[in-house]
Amino acid sequence: MATTLANMGPASRIISSLFRRSFVKKHVCASSRFMHFTYVPETPPKQLGVTTKMNFFQSITSGLDIALANDPSAVLFGEDVAFGGVFRCTIGLKEKYGAERVFNCPLSEQGIVAFGIGVATTGATAVAEIQFADYIFPGFDQIRTEMAMYRYRSGNEFDCGRLTIRAPCSAVGHGALYHSQSVEAFFAHCPGLKVVMPRGPIQAKGLLLSCIRDDDPCMFFEPKVLYRSASEEVPTGDYMLPLSKAEVLVEGSDVTMVGWGTQVHVLREVAALAQQKLNVSCEVIDLCTILPWDQETVMQSVVKTGRVLIAHEAPITMGFGAEIAATIQHECFLNLEAPIERVCGYDTPFPHVYEVFLLPDKWRCMEAVKRLISY
Amino acid sequence: MYKTVSRLLRIRVPRVACNSLVRTAAVSQARCASTSEVDKPNFPGSKSKFVSQPFLLDPDDMEGIPVYRAMNRDGVFIDESQDPKFDDNTILKMYKDMTLLNTMDRVLYDSQRQGRISFYMTNYGEEGTHIGSAAALDPKDLVFGQYREVGVLMWRGFPLIQFIHQCYGNCKDLGKGRQMPVHYGAKDYHFVTISSSLATQMPQASGAAYAYKRKKNGLCVICYFGEGAASEGDAHAAFNFAAVLDCPVIFFCRNNGYAISTPTKEQYRGDGIAARAAGYGIPCIRVDGNDVFAVYNATKLARDLCTTQNRPVVIEAMTYRIGHHSTSDDSSAYRSVDEVNQHDRSDNPITRFRNYMNRRGVWDEEKEKQWKLDSRKMVMKAFAEAENEKKGNPESFFEDVYKEMPPHIAKQRDAMKQHVKQYKEHYPLEHFQPMS
Repeated sequence: MATTLANMGPASRIISSLFRRSFVKKHVCASSRFMHFTYVPETPPKQLGVTTKMNFFQSITSGLDIALANDPSAVLFGEDVAFGGVFRCTIGLKEKYGAERVFNCPLSEQGIVAFGIGVATTGATAVAEIQFADYIFPGFDQIRTEMAMYRYRSGNEFDCGRLTIRAPCSAVGHGALYHSQSVEAFFAHCPGLKVVMPRGPIQAKGLLLSCIRDDDPCMFFEPKVLYRSASEEVPTGDYMLPLSKAEVLVEGSDVTMVGWGTQVHVLREVAALAQQKLNVSCEVIDLCTILPWDQETVMQSVVKTGRVLIAHEAPITMGFGAEIAATIQHECFLNLEAPIERVCGYDTPFPHVYEVFLLPDKWRCMEAVKRLISY
Repeated sequence: MYKTVSRLLRIRVPRVACNSLVRTAAVSQARCASTSEVDKPNFPGSKSKFVSQPFLLDPDDMEGIPVYRAMNRDGVFIDESQDPKFDDNTILKMYKDMTLLNTMDRVLYDSQRQGRISFYMTNYGEEGTHIGSAAALDPKDLVFGQYREVGVLMWRGFPLIQFIHQCYGNCKDLGKGRQMPVHYGAKDYHFVTISSSLATQMPQASGAAYAYKRKKNGLCVICYFGEGAASEGDAHAAFNFAAVLDCPVIFFCRNNGYAISTPTKEQYRGDGIAARAAGYGIPCIRVDGNDVFAVYNATKLARDLCTTQNRPVVIEAMTYRIGHHSTSDDSSAYRSVDEVNQHDRSDNPITRFRNYMNRRGVWDEEKEKQWKLDSRKMVMKAFAEAENEKKGNPESFFEDVYKEMPPHIAKQRDAMKQHVKQYKEHYPLEHFQPMS
């Protein structure tokens, strides 16, 4: 099922982005390597101790390394994880922990998910990798029917809470239909799952360790465009960040902006632009956990600002933005000064050469901010 | 560079030795191919030899995998060496569990017909596969089932009344009344809770077996499924993962001839399920599922191989589904009542086992009569007790979605409670434990 975009090494990426630049108007292209966002490194909290510079995939490896080191029951498996993974997230782990703990599986997503459920039902820790979120659907039955409902249907006699499924997700510049999808909303409709998407290396490691150690089954989606493009000082030690807790990244008073994954970086830029060009103060919230999501943090912000922009890469219809918008509308009806804006992917499959027009980029988000404040 | 190597090989190496050397110099393969008698394929994907004529390997030309049988229909061992030599108590327990299951099936089937429980599935004709296999396992071996393996739980001592609590979904049900009847599960009995989706348990069993291998606990995993479920993609994943990852799991197929209305000739074209095992590199055995001793011996053999060599085994037990698929099915719509009766009379696992016991002198008509009365009394007593239990507290259905209840679910629970209190005359609260 899975094909590989394994040659997404820096060289091929630069070539392909250069190639694309000739098609794209200059002002869209902010840097020599085209990206629809700019990653700004974050500062690690001091209490987390010694740090070293890591990019996103290295921080994932660091998290997995710690998980394997501290839990002898933990195993790591998926397609091509043994040699280090097509995105290098599991590099060196087989050598360090042995082929019985870090191993390749036959090419079958339903098999990988189910195998992980089986491991977890015995109380052992299972970290399964689906090579691209786009290829998770053969495993959908196992995730939705089995993984999400194990504890419930058995009256807590059995559970698969020690299972975490990692999958690279979202746009990457040239991934087209089957290497670009943001699939979180499908899983957000499954009670029993936790669905998480980090925005950067520090956060990815802390949230991943929380997912792996959580007593409920977790879906951990890693925006693959960040694997190499996002790097910062990451604490080398063991730390966890809370699930179901949103983060207010930029404080503001006029508009609440909610996003997750790569989109958070777009929104950060929009907040700066809006301040600079429109004198509008935006509050940027990274939802971090899609299910169960942190309603309290979002509502507190909306009560303060009265205006909301929700942005995600996935198609708009039935995207998770719809759930957030409906909840805000119900909880903050009297506080709202304008209709809630959703800037999302369009209701089409994810196209190859037209990606820049589909993404909810900063210009589309800026336009929505204008609509919000002039309503 | 390659040219040089190839030329060197040609000059220095005599033809017969070429075979072993070409493995390190792939480019000279073409040269060796002309000498087919010493040449072997060097493809990473297979282990075999070259042939110089094309032919299609037709499974229709192969003989079917034989059915292993220990005793004949009269309960006589065909080969005395196949007698597992159980003591009288074990023999009696085997028989009593099979027949108690049969009695429970009859009572619960009738109770569904009377509308007292919502659904039921009987085990008629397949009792021997359950008891024979369960007896060959360690009681701590982990069981993944489909739904027609109730005898396994019975053999392990799961209390009779717990089955009935589950079917009623009352407050004593371990599953807390959330699943349909016959979806049993019990951690203490190492029997993973049944779910309705077919074959989903199969690759899970492979994963659990892998974890058991790592634990070095000396245990294995057994996974039951019907021949219909074996058509699901999950069955393929299960076999392949178990074989490639060396998982100590027994895949026990109950081939009872039908998946609801679909006969096996519309389910597969090959030699049943056992014949697939070889394709995955899995040892297999086909066994007479109406012969408890054959099932026992086969499962014992499989378990030994699993636990000593960390390899999976496929057992295909040939049986016949005597009962309807479920209480929602009338099987006379797709097979004749005569066909069913013929199977029931001529080749029933319980009858065969009773013949054996009569010959052995541990059973007779008098004992049979008394046990029928006693077992029915036991079931009726449990049934009455379970029927009188209330169903759980309505708010309990919000629990266990997650280990801890998230705020949004707690909020929905509170809203439900408030609503039901306000409209209490419209809800059957008298059947449930009171809400807090």
